[in-house]
Amino acid sequence: MAQAFFGGIHPNDHKAATNKKPTETLPPPAQVVIPMSLHIGAPCTPCVAVGDHVRVGQPVGEASAFVSAPVHASVSGTVKAVEPRIHFSGVPVMSVVIENDFNDTPYDRTPPRDPDHLTAEQICEIVKNAGIVGMGGATFPTHVKISSGLGKVDTVIVNASECEAYITSDHRFLLEHPDDVIGGMKVLARLFGVDRVHIAIEDNKANAAEMLKLKIESERAPVVVDILRTRYPQGAEKQLCQSITGRQVPPGALPAAIGCAVFNVFTTAAIYRALYYGEPVTHRIVTVSGSGVVEPKNFYCPIGTPIQDLLDACGGVKKSTFKIIVGGPMMGHAQHDMAAPVGKGTNGVLAFCENEERNIPEPACIRCGKCVSVCPMHLQPVFLYQYEQAGMLAELEQNNILDCIECGSCAYICPGRLHLVQAFRAGKQRINNAKAAAKAAAEKAAKKEQEAAAAKKEGKA
Amino acid sequence: MNYKELNLIGSSSPHIRTKVGAGHIMGEVIIALLPALGFAIYNFGPRALVNTLVSMLGCCAFEWAYRALLKKSNTVFDFSAALTGMLIAFVCPVTIPYWILLAGDFFAIVIVKQLFGGVGKNFLNPALAARAFMLSWAGEMSTWVAPRTQTALFGAVDAVTYPTPMAYLHENNLEGLMNTYDLPDMLVGFIGGSIGEVSALLLILGGAWLIFRRIITWHIPVSYIGTVAVLTFLFPRGNDPLTWMLYNVLGGGLILGALFMATDYVTSPVSHTGHVIFGIGCGLITVFIRYFGGYSEGVCYAILMMNLTVWIIDKNIHPHRFGVPKAQKAPKKEAEGK
Repeated sequence: MAQAFFGGIHPNDHKAATNKKPTETLPPPAQVVIPMSLHIGAPCTPCVAVGDHVRVGQPVGEASAFVSAPVHASVSGTVKAVEPRIHFSGVPVMSVVIENDFNDTPYDRTPPRDPDHLTAEQICEIVKNAGIVGMGGATFPTHVKISSGLGKVDTVIVNASECEAYITSDHRFLLEHPDDVIGGMKVLARLFGVDRVHIAIEDNKANAAEMLKLKIESERAPVVVDILRTRYPQGAEKQLCQSITGRQVPPGALPAAIGCAVFNVFTTAAIYRALYYGEPVTHRIVTVSGSGVVEPKNFYCPIGTPIQDLLDACGGVKKSTFKIIVGGPMMGHAQHDMAAPVGKGTNGVLAFCENEERNIPEPACIRCGKCVSVCPMHLQPVFLYQYEQAGMLAELEQNNILDCIECGSCAYICPGRLHLVQAFRAGKQRINNAKAAAKAAAEKAAKKEQEAAAAKKEGKA
Repeated sequence: MNYKELNLIGSSSPHIRTKVGAGHIMGEVIIALLPALGFAIYNFGPRALVNTLVSMLGCCAFEWAYRALLKKSNTVFDFSAALTGMLIAFVCPVTIPYWILLAGDFFAIVIVKQLFGGVGKNFLNPALAARAFMLSWAGEMSTWVAPRTQTALFGAVDAVTYPTPMAYLHENNLEGLMNTYDLPDMLVGFIGGSIGEVSALLLILGGAWLIFRRIITWHIPVSYIGTVAVLTFLFPRGNDPLTWMLYNVLGGGLILGALFMATDYVTSPVSHTGHVIFGIGCGLITVFIRYFGGYSEGVCYAILMMNLTVWIIDKNIHPHRFGVPKAQKAPKKEAEGK
């Protein structure tokens, strides 16, 4: 049975608001905004111009580097603008704006002729061209994950743990499209040459686990269902690897270093759809929930849909709403502009109007040590916070602040209401800035030395 | 819908927090002390309640006044001052004059806590530091009345001093002690002593509640009481180690100290390993003072002394780094970017 990771928290999951409602298809948005950066890595280069007519699935941005993934039109229509637009990360990003013609004309799809007998290189290429990234939220390009893990990976894990509160998009997707997920897992098993692929599900999604087990049995799929205790951050990559295999990812390394590869359920299904139907990533399921939402729902919607369309389709938000978030409540981004689009990793849009934050005017540490007992990365947030506040960068680094995954467990549990994650983000940034500055200074000094040596030589000559 | 009209805030994740705040925690500790307070009222009369209320109000008043004078925010409602006041009353005899209680409150709140920066910043347990300070009035602080005494609320206190279990233990007079108080009395609390320390049973009940509610963990109380138990059992005075050990554990302020004072978040280590070291240290010093000190009780000073070592313990105990094999030591990174 699965082993546990250290620490973690168990907030009220609020999943009941949406986990029994079938996914609805969002009324088609009048326009979509496709940012060139829907993944970690180099942004894409737009490959369409204003006035072009595009079809669903047509590439509108080309990958510019290895760690990148192309983006595709999610509706058919006319390109209205290619300009920086607001992104859910809070800053403007170069985007392609498409006005919907409501015809949903598909782009020519040419699925591979023999998807069961593709080489790993071919699969990587297809996955890359389909713009598949980690759709659980991290949005790491999937072809990079596959190619860097080939030959090293002995445990393939499909992540359906969905540990963030409120979010039920993975859960609904599993219930409604199990064949895509199982198909994807078969591909992964073949690709990595493993006997079985693990699918990790928290025990608050027992109905999905049961349904999967029956399906797997009848299909004789190379899949094993691992039911995990509901605990946040169960779905964090490093913690999930630990829960399934007991192995810990070394500091600064990727799961491939311990023979693991983790794929989100959407990602897994997207691989299947790309291989067998030639479909790129253009749509996903988004949970719209939270105390501020009039009627919480799950929506199947095109990527690039402005989040205000999603909120409107739920009857809008309550007047007292004070925060709107893209992503989960623990790691999502607060939004200020509702024109921000849904991205490939956007699993939820939440609106809060009650006392979810519980901020107090003067946060004060009472040294209770609860942050230490919940930190899944074995850090001591209580001291990291003090070091950060005092600007002690050397101590921060010695105490492994760079290991922090920003899961927010410490800040969630803190009775003194300290802004721990915020402080750690700032601390990491300061360390990286200091490193960059030191590197620049060293380079400058080396150059000067070289020049001095050259001048000396010249003088001698 | 026009989303521009909303008053939206933008801040770092996480966007949800647990309900349990500092005030909840202090409130739960106060609740956990209520059974012991109830017994104190039964054992020593209503003056036990009046003492407690006076001390709690005194601490709150000093906290409010200090922070109002310095134009700082009002922190009375995190209940930490109220808890300190309750504990100060608990570690004093029922006959303590009210003005000495208030002097102790002032010392705890203003000198020990607020001058060092307020809640979370003090390095000594305020209630115990106050007790150490109040021992300047040695006579008033060691006037004990017999159990089941209804003490007058006002007026001069008769200088009658009734021997507490600790006095017998200090004279190695186990037989005398056994003749005065039998073990059930020691457990339930029909003994002389400070008002909050007498009922071991109800204190353990309160402590168990706190452990059940995950306010405290077992590490400090078990390692502290365990150390005292083992040492007194191994080195008994008299020829009955078990009885000697039980009287030592149940007598004096050990149970109150181990469950409610040593576990104070602010003045104890943050890691469980640290908790155990802290508890063992408290136990060692307690027994040392009880055996070799001029003073019959050692819990207060043991905890205060260990309070001073907390930063050393914390600085030297680090959790095992994630992803680094146990056998291999984490590579020490060069200090950069200073």
